[in-house]
Amino acid sequence: MMKITVRILMMFVITLLAGNAMAAEKLQIDGSTTVGPIGDAFAEAFKDKVSITVSKTGSGDGAAALVEGRCDIAMMSRFMKDKEYKAAVNKDIYPVAHAIAMDGVCPIVHPSNPVKGLTSDQIRAIYKGEITNWKDLGGADRPIVMISRDTSSGTYETFHKLVMKKEKMTDSVEYVNSNPQAHARVKSTVGAIGYVGLGFLDRNVKALTIDGIKPSQSTISKGTFPVSRPLFLFTNGYPKLGSVVHAFCTFHLTEEGQEIIEDKGFVPVTDY
Amino acid sequence: MTESLLQRDKNDAAVEFSRPLRLSVTEDLRGFLAEKIGHATLFSITFLSVLAVMAIFYFVIQESVPFIFKGSFGESIGRLTEFLTRTGWYPQSHDNPEYGALSIIVGSLYVTLGALVVAVPVGVLAAVFLSDIAPFSLRQICKPIIEILAAIPSVAYGVFAVMIVAPWMQNTLGFTTGTNALNASLILSIMALPTIISVAEDALSAVGREVREASYGLGATRAETMLKVVIPASHSGIVAAIILGMMRAIGETMVVWMASGNASRIPSPWWDLSQSVRTLTATIAGELGEVPKNTDHFHVLFMIALLLLLFTFGLNMVSEFFMARFKKKSRGL
Repeated sequence: MMKITVRILMMFVITLLAGNAMAAEKLQIDGSTTVGPIGDAFAEAFKDKVSITVSKTGSGDGAAALVEGRCDIAMMSRFMKDKEYKAAVNKDIYPVAHAIAMDGVCPIVHPSNPVKGLTSDQIRAIYKGEITNWKDLGGADRPIVMISRDTSSGTYETFHKLVMKKEKMTDSVEYVNSNPQAHARVKSTVGAIGYVGLGFLDRNVKALTIDGIKPSQSTISKGTFPVSRPLFLFTNGYPKLGSVVHAFCTFHLTEEGQEIIEDKGFVPVTDY
Repeated sequence: MTESLLQRDKNDAAVEFSRPLRLSVTEDLRGFLAEKIGHATLFSITFLSVLAVMAIFYFVIQESVPFIFKGSFGESIGRLTEFLTRTGWYPQSHDNPEYGALSIIVGSLYVTLGALVVAVPVGVLAAVFLSDIAPFSLRQICKPIIEILAAIPSVAYGVFAVMIVAPWMQNTLGFTTGTNALNASLILSIMALPTIISVAEDALSAVGREVREASYGLGATRAETMLKVVIPASHSGIVAAIILGMMRAIGETMVVWMASGNASRIPSPWWDLSQSVRTLTATIAGELGEVPKNTDHFHVLFMIALLLLLFTFGLNMVSEFFMARFKKKSRGL
């Protein structure tokens, strides 16, 4: 008994030491909460080579952190703004964008709903409370139940910006706190409309076309689907070839990286 | 046998008395220190929980004050009035945020009162049955099962609400949306039941047998005894039970976040519980996670927390008052 304990302890100490020696290089990643899950999963894949800290504080903070040298890689769900770029250049930092994935948000309805597609204006009118019945959209005479993600989610942010054009949703919109829950509510509510990331579409809900464009891997990665946006990693200059940062920023091109991206409900930037 | 016991007693006594009555200085000091240190340790452990309450109050107030007290006095009053009397809740907007929490406060009251409408009659009647009518063996089975209700994690109730109650309401009752005030109220009432039943049952049982027998002796029937003697005699305990159940309902987060739909508006017409509402707790849970620190949105969420804290604090005081009155009464004072 004693011997085993000692042995386990020794093994523990050895792994700890070895781990420390191997993870001498440290990587700070900061930024968007939307890109955060990808950052986390990538960091998990790199954990043997380097010690990575991923903090999710929002795109704006990620940009600020890169400019101030607080992080090596900034995750951003939008491109850097002029001001942020200027601030960076003034500090001799040259932000380089790496588009690692596409985020597509698809409107969904109950499978029994005859409506096949809407224009983004119609969807905006629904969420603004201007259209309240499916019969105005060619469906059955049934009130529309609007389901949105919680206002702190990246999915909401995308939808709010690209479909709502940052206008207020009406106060009868219901909020749910995850993609699976939005899916579950639409699946079980006949009059519902909701929106989820592409990865959450299946037979139980019907994805609507927007402005006649069907949400799919291909339309989203090409950017023709109106509710899609690229997700970025920003580094100071193009990372040195062969460095860990370089490997991290090109990880989305590997099979493993693409699997992670799809697994998190996003779309890889490749098209084949 | 008795002899040997006696013998041992004597021996023990002898040992005890053979010790010197006067303690040496070190022994005296050690005893003194042991007592004081033990006392201090126990006191600080107890004080820790008091401290926790005080710290929570302190930090919640500290984080909520910047929302109100900003700018001139008139502006501060204006913000407070907006918070308490307006219904527009749109704190995440960059251009013109709105901080009207009235619909959220009303939402909390809706689900809480809705839960009480179901839980109070059911809970009190169940308590009456368990304390006075049920045979002992049945009671032994029922009580633990009811107490299991209190041990089920609230997220499990939430899943039940979303996956089973919501579709049932839509398909069978024909509601437009299944996650609504009624759904949340129903689930909350189930969650408040164990509290109400066990506290009310304790109150009813505490009314002495002699009171009941005096009533029977005067020719009252069992029902008359129950309704006119036992329940009135234990009414402060029952009120305390109801308030404790209410606190359970108002503070519950996960279930209402999942079951109430979270639409921040007051149902119209006002009695229509089939519309979705949003509660104070769900608003905090849903928005605090991602809100940037030290913004108005951040502080207004703490303002909501403060409101909730004051609510439960007030309810707690009321229940303490009734509890104390009940204890006094049952001692015959």
